[in-house]
Amino acid sequence: MGGISLNYLVRRLLVFFLTLWVAATLIFIIPRLAPGDPIAAMVARLSYQAGFVEDSNAIIEGWKERFGLNDPVYVQYVRFLGGLLQGDLGYSMARFPATVTELVGRALPWTIGLVGVATVIFFVVGNLCGALLAWNRTPRLVKVMIPMSMIFTSIPPLLAGLLLSYTFAFLLGWFPQTYSYGFGMTPALTLEFVLNVIHHGTLPAMAIVLVTFGYWALGMRGMMVTIEGEDYMILAQAKGLKPFYVLYRYMIRNAILPQMTALAVSIGTLVNGVVLVEVIFNYNGMGTLIVTALREQDFGLIQGTAFILITTSALAVLIIDLSYPLIDPRISLEGR
Amino acid sequence: MAEDSKVKDAPVAGGTKEAGFLNRFDNPWLNWKFLSGTGILGFMFLLIFLGYQLWDTDLALSARAPLNLPPVGFENWRGQEGIPEHPLGTENSGRDMLALWIVGTPRTIFVGVVAATVGMVVGIVLGFMAGFLGGTFDDVIRLAVDIAITQPSLLYLIVIQAVLGTVDLLTMALLISLFSWATPTRYIRAQVLSMRESGYVQMARLSGVPVRDIMFKEIMPNLLPYLGASYIGNMQGAIISAVGLEVLGFGPQRIPSLGVAIFFAIEAGALFRDMWWWWGIPTVTLSIVFTALLLINLGLDEVANPRLRKAN
Repeated sequence: MGGISLNYLVRRLLVFFLTLWVAATLIFIIPRLAPGDPIAAMVARLSYQAGFVEDSNAIIEGWKERFGLNDPVYVQYVRFLGGLLQGDLGYSMARFPATVTELVGRALPWTIGLVGVATVIFFVVGNLCGALLAWNRTPRLVKVMIPMSMIFTSIPPLLAGLLLSYTFAFLLGWFPQTYSYGFGMTPALTLEFVLNVIHHGTLPAMAIVLVTFGYWALGMRGMMVTIEGEDYMILAQAKGLKPFYVLYRYMIRNAILPQMTALAVSIGTLVNGVVLVEVIFNYNGMGTLIVTALREQDFGLIQGTAFILITTSALAVLIIDLSYPLIDPRISLEGR
Repeated sequence: MAEDSKVKDAPVAGGTKEAGFLNRFDNPWLNWKFLSGTGILGFMFLLIFLGYQLWDTDLALSARAPLNLPPVGFENWRGQEGIPEHPLGTENSGRDMLALWIVGTPRTIFVGVVAATVGMVVGIVLGFMAGFLGGTFDDVIRLAVDIAITQPSLLYLIVIQAVLGTVDLLTMALLISLFSWATPTRYIRAQVLSMRESGYVQMARLSGVPVRDIMFKEIMPNLLPYLGASYIGNMQGAIISAVGLEVLGFGPQRIPSLGVAIFFAIEAGALFRDMWWWWGIPTVTLSIVFTALLLINLGLDEVANPRLRKAN
């Protein structure tokens, strides 16, 4: 298999850490670029709700002192980065005793589970469909069926989620409309609970898979067509290898590599889609958390959720990038 | 599908050799995907234009119509029937759905066009310079693209908008364009890199053509179908971001676009109240727009890449 070259590894790690640094910096800067004072705005909201807040200026000063907003910006920045490094994302303003890390920790596994399962399904199904579309031994019927199943391609997952929720949850009642498991259930590793989670997760996952696999099928077909003209294909046929063996070892194995790169590039779009799908299904992951935070004007939680999701997707990209040379035996980049 | 086979059989009739002469029917622009995609969008714009002429678009504002009426021929959960004054029904703040469609559809597409154009212009400039000049500039751009391209842009936009609150459509489009330059840059850079070594570019260089002219007068025309496909892809992405932000409640609320209509519908529980026309009309319209854009995109791909034509 060979290893990963130092050069490649260093570049990937550089991109990974730069991504985190850029994300952290932007998330730090954006609220400070905005006109107005966030604390004053918050107190204004409080007084709007309560009618009148006594000594609002004292409250503002108190909060500023509490959050260190009177320090110079670079001190705040260093403190912010230091906090992130220790996994300290501060407190949720709306649910005060709870820390952002705590709330995010509860939501993140659901999102990762949902995206992970959906990704595996659309990647496998999409590439398989693409390969079958280009393969000259595929039955005619299959070649007609696959493009027909691809009509939803290009519709954003959000809209697919709406349509699926209405059709299969509201009209037919086959699947639950909201949340990731039934009310009154406590998460536990029992068969009943797992089945319940699958039942709840089917529609959100389908919303992603249905609209995504077509892209992978199209990409795969494009790659397969290129490969069909290669000399080694003629050799494989001349050797009398079994068609399935040729399809898998000679065609798919070669065509899958650019698809892996494409998968890494598409992670961001995928996360965008999942956030919105979660909102449609009120799935208790990161997307729903960030929307709740938006509604509660909980800026610390918005920042924290966004940063952790960005970190998670950067990590996913890194993992895919690092697995690339392991999948392709030709890239045993050692010593380059 | 019949037209399809006609179009793609044409080159085969002239001989299977790739280098064979192009006959009159082998115009790559006449592939069914490109034609049907542009056709759908064109028809939609025609409907919108007619709508502006024939329908009172002020009805898209709130409190201009009775509440919660279904489209003509349907009944809502209260047993009210649709009335011809509001053929596509109304929603719970008294907006007429037909007027909302006429007003909202172009607004949604507008965001896509602005964001995609800005992103594309930046992408063309950066991509050409990186690909053609190389060196440190290329390294920096490549690193920036590597970082930017995998980012979940929606999260940054949420953070920005959480600070700014609701903004007008142009601002939203410009914010989205902050994240729509990386893909075109990467794509164009790769194309320029492969073109740079080709004969005609070398020739132009030897003839002393200025670098800017080589980039924009020699290479760019050859890239037009690629640029077109990339532009359409960019537009899809921009509209998806815009609709996403709107569904989260960041869109302009007085005159809604399609995403804002969906936001209102979700907020009011239209999914549970079986008011399918409220969220369904914007959803189906957007789906049609996206499908049309994808068809155009695939069509342009076929223009740019003859191999794909053969694959059909």
